[in-house]
Amino acid sequence: MSYISKPKFKHPQMRTNDIGLTRRDYEGTLTTLCGGCGHDSISAAIIQAASEMSLQPHQVAKISGIGCSSKIPSYFMSKAHGFNSVHGRMPSVATGANIANKDLYYIGISGDGDSASIGLGQFCHIVRRRINMLYIVANNGTYGLTKGQLSATADIGSKTKSGEESQFDSIDMATLAIELGASFVARSFSGDKKQLVPLLQAGLTHKGFAFIDVISPCVTFNNTDFSTHGYKNTWENNIALSEIDFVPMREEITTSYAPGKEKEITLHDGSVVHLHKTGNNYDPSDKENALHHINAYKKQGKIATGLLYINQTTSDLHELQDTVNKPFNSLGVQDLCPGSEALRDINSTFR
Amino acid sequence: MPELIQSSKVSTITKTNDFVVKFANVNGSGSASANSMFAKAVFRMGIPISPHNIFPSNIQGLPTWYEVRISEQGYLGRRGGVDLIVAMNEQTIGKDIASVVPGGYVLYDSSKMLANELLRDDVTYLPIPLKDICLTEFEKPAQRQLFKNIVYVGALSAFLNIDFKVLTGLVGDQFRGKEKLILPNIHALELGHHYASDNFECPLTLRLEKSNKNSNKILMDGNTAIGLGSVYGGATIAAWYPLTPSTSVVDSFGKYCKRLRIDPGTGKKKYSIVQAEDELAAIGIAIGAGWNGARAFTATSGPGISLMQEFLGLAYFSEVPIVLFNIQRVGPSTGMPTRSQQGDLLCCAYASHGDTKHVLLLPSTPKECFEFAADAFDLADRIQSPVIVMSDLELGMNEQICDPLNWDDKRLYDRGKVLTADQLEEIEKYGRYLDTDGDGIPYRTYPGTHPEKGSYFTRGSSHDSYAAYTEDGTVYAEVMDRLALKMRTAVNYLPEPEVSETTTNKLAMLYIGTTASAVNEVLDNLAKKGITMDTMRVRAFPFHDSVAEFIENHELVYIIEQNRDAQLKSLLKIECNTHEEKMHSILSYDGVLITAQFIEQSILESMQKLDASGEVPA
Ligand SMILES: Cc1ncc(C[n+]2csc(CCOP(=O)(O)OP(=O)(O)O)c2C)c(N)n1
Ligand code: SF4
Ligand SMILES: [Mg+2]
Repeated sequence: MSYISKPKFKHPQMRTNDIGLTRRDYEGTLTTLCGGCGHDSISAAIIQAASEMSLQPHQVAKISGIGCSSKIPSYFMSKAHGFNSVHGRMPSVATGANIANKDLYYIGISGDGDSASIGLGQFCHIVRRRINMLYIVANNGTYGLTKGQLSATADIGSKTKSGEESQFDSIDMATLAIELGASFVARSFSGDKKQLVPLLQAGLTHKGFAFIDVISPCVTFNNTDFSTHGYKNTWENNIALSEIDFVPMREEITTSYAPGKEKEITLHDGSVVHLHKTGNNYDPSDKENALHHINAYKKQGKIATGLLYINQTTSDLHELQDTVNKPFNSLGVQDLCPGSEALRDINSTFR
Repeated sequence: MPELIQSSKVSTITKTNDFVVKFANVNGSGSASANSMFAKAVFRMGIPISPHNIFPSNIQGLPTWYEVRISEQGYLGRRGGVDLIVAMNEQTIGKDIASVVPGGYVLYDSSKMLANELLRDDVTYLPIPLKDICLTEFEKPAQRQLFKNIVYVGALSAFLNIDFKVLTGLVGDQFRGKEKLILPNIHALELGHHYASDNFECPLTLRLEKSNKNSNKILMDGNTAIGLGSVYGGATIAAWYPLTPSTSVVDSFGKYCKRLRIDPGTGKKKYSIVQAEDELAAIGIAIGAGWNGARAFTATSGPGISLMQEFLGLAYFSEVPIVLFNIQRVGPSTGMPTRSQQGDLLCCAYASHGDTKHVLLLPSTPKECFEFAADAFDLADRIQSPVIVMSDLELGMNEQICDPLNWDDKRLYDRGKVLTADQLEEIEKYGRYLDTDGDGIPYRTYPGTHPEKGSYFTRGSSHDSYAAYTEDGTVYAEVMDRLALKMRTAVNYLPEPEVSETTTNKLAMLYIGTTASAVNEVLDNLAKKGITMDTMRVRAFPFHDSVAEFIENHELVYIIEQNRDAQLKSLLKIECNTHEEKMHSILSYDGVLITAQFIEQSILESMQKLDASGEVPA
């Protein structure tokens, strides 16, 4: 159960990161998800990504909706504040939180039911609003928590364990995010930590709205051979358009470029993303090209993964609204209240 | 010469500083600013007025009315009946003329003949060829249309004896910075004034005389005051979705933020306004911001309130402060979007599924809108729960005379129980929902406060004192009991009812919000008939104990409200454990402000009935 806390004991030789924290400092409560659930691999990948990046856990806010996937925030970084909101409405809560304090890292976690059905409107609008955050959809093609109904990301012809077959066109959250102006869009697979961890790190570092659609199989309800969101299909048909390494800013000076590097992208804080050769010379800065590739692969039954699109020139909501540098939640009466004299002047305009 | 000359002189009502002028216009014709210029001129002459917009849910072409009650005695409710109509709308002119009391006046555009059936022999007609005057005097088609309105205001100044200097002063104020517009407007006023004084005996028997009743008063609408109160109260985030009649709350917040919330050093903004995709997102944004320690609000009306229910339950149960302004309009459903009602009391008091309860503040004047708006942010932080300010269209969108707004510069924001990093250092084990003080209000922390301590998981699912998920029924019930205690604690922070009480009165009136505008007139009129009453204006929910005591202390209490189902009375029944039979409802729900006449009539009828049945309190 989630309220059983993990043993606090730290092995003296446990490796510490740059800020002296161990992996354990990034863990959350024990999972209550089904054994083998893809969502647990996402929690593990976040733990690894954050500890490698030396994020201060308390500088992170974890926000989710409702669903098995939305429980993920419980399972990493107990020292971060978390907010399990209502079904499909994580984007609005994350928006408000981000406006209130621009200085934290925001990780939004949602499911395909949460974001592609009940919350599709909110999803579209948070993308448009360019909130500076990392938004993860743990996508299993089904409603895990309500026991396996088909979701809107289930592909036509895909079948759940109960044998129900999807009859409707699916919603591709990644192409949708690209169309709506997300400045960082990736897709990955919970089973492929090597790909997912650097994407999470790049997404967390990216300034602006970063979205990662993570195929995350539901072993209990949607992991059949006929499900396009099961392990089998995802292993067999996932094509990495680009493979990346993430080199945090402080390591940059010492790390030599990985072999086979095709391109490098410097993020706003000086961290670097290395794109490896995948043979297809994929350019993730070209929106049309990204959409074309994703759709072309989809036609062949393939799932395009990796860093699909990145644009570092867009501004986030705070820049667009030209808000002050100090977080709103630190402003006090001296900063905010115009005082009695101004009010006297205002009164005089109503006479 | 006027096209219509009455054969014999009709007898006219003679009144000074005590009558009703009504303007009947077509919406989108530019009449609004002319009409409010008229109202403001009377206000500046020192005479109390109460203007009321009766407008359609439409942008152009439908009938709209603007009714100005002028009352030296300061009766600010609607009176009913019209003494002078400015009949500018051909679609409604029949009804408009019929609405004038015998002895009253009809000002109309005589560029076109008035149909015979519109002639009454008990009113006086004031024909002015508005269209023809504007056609000869102005060149641009837009001006010809717009200035008709200004010309009739000019004519009224002669008819009613409005100080012309006051009018020209108003024009100067209105077009400050757009000086080119001043001269043509003054010219239009003069055209009307001259035409009226040349062709009629001016002033009429209805007339104005300078007074001194408005010294130091202001004329403001409630939504402007709420927006301003939110600036003063420290709100930094407004999230909203446009909905009449709440829209102008955010307009006002934005207008004053632009002026008052720009960082002088950098020119950057100390506020953010997000026009959300719907009301669900609007309240979600406010909740996310409130959780993260910024003061945030949303403003809406009935349909938005319906959409916000799930989130209100989350904020109540997970204890997140937010402020919600509900500018009530007529429901159910889309109802009458541009009419007023007090119809959301029940659905706000207990908004959302499960056992919930929310603090409601019930303002009745623009000044109170300002104060309650600012107070709402302190209150929400103090009790860590939503605070809903219940205004209505009548208060929100009509200008009202009130005392000037004031602010105590010594006042600090009450951010409630928030732990700092230093305080967390001192604490062995932090529990987000521990009732350390025994008042039901726990301590919260903002995200990012302390590296090791103070983090917690906010959730709408059942949780224990340490914010951990639980399905233990006993623990759940303890949390629910604490939340009930918290609401009882909240009452200590809420504005007390306003009471006027003697030891001898057995009858009383109890009411909220805009109903107050009619009450002093009702009291005066009843007193003339030898009936005296105590009054209580309730200003917040949950109720103070004094509310139940007030009902206890009287034999009969009229609960006056503006909805069909006696929602205030229902709340009193549920919450006050008092004698139901003592409460008699007076209900008005036609969408326009309740009148003194209606209340008085209802009281007299009910007393007659009780008299007949021998139950009247002696
Ligand atoms: C308003 C509302 N309607 C329905 C539900 C029931 N419900 C809970 S989770 C869920 C679907 C979750 O699916 P998804 O977001 O894909 O998460 P998963 O469990 O698959 O990870 C539903 C329908 C709810 N919590 N709230
Ligand atoms: S039901 Fe599916 S999604 Fe939910 S925990 Fe189990 S495997 Fe994971
Ligand atoms: Mg799912």
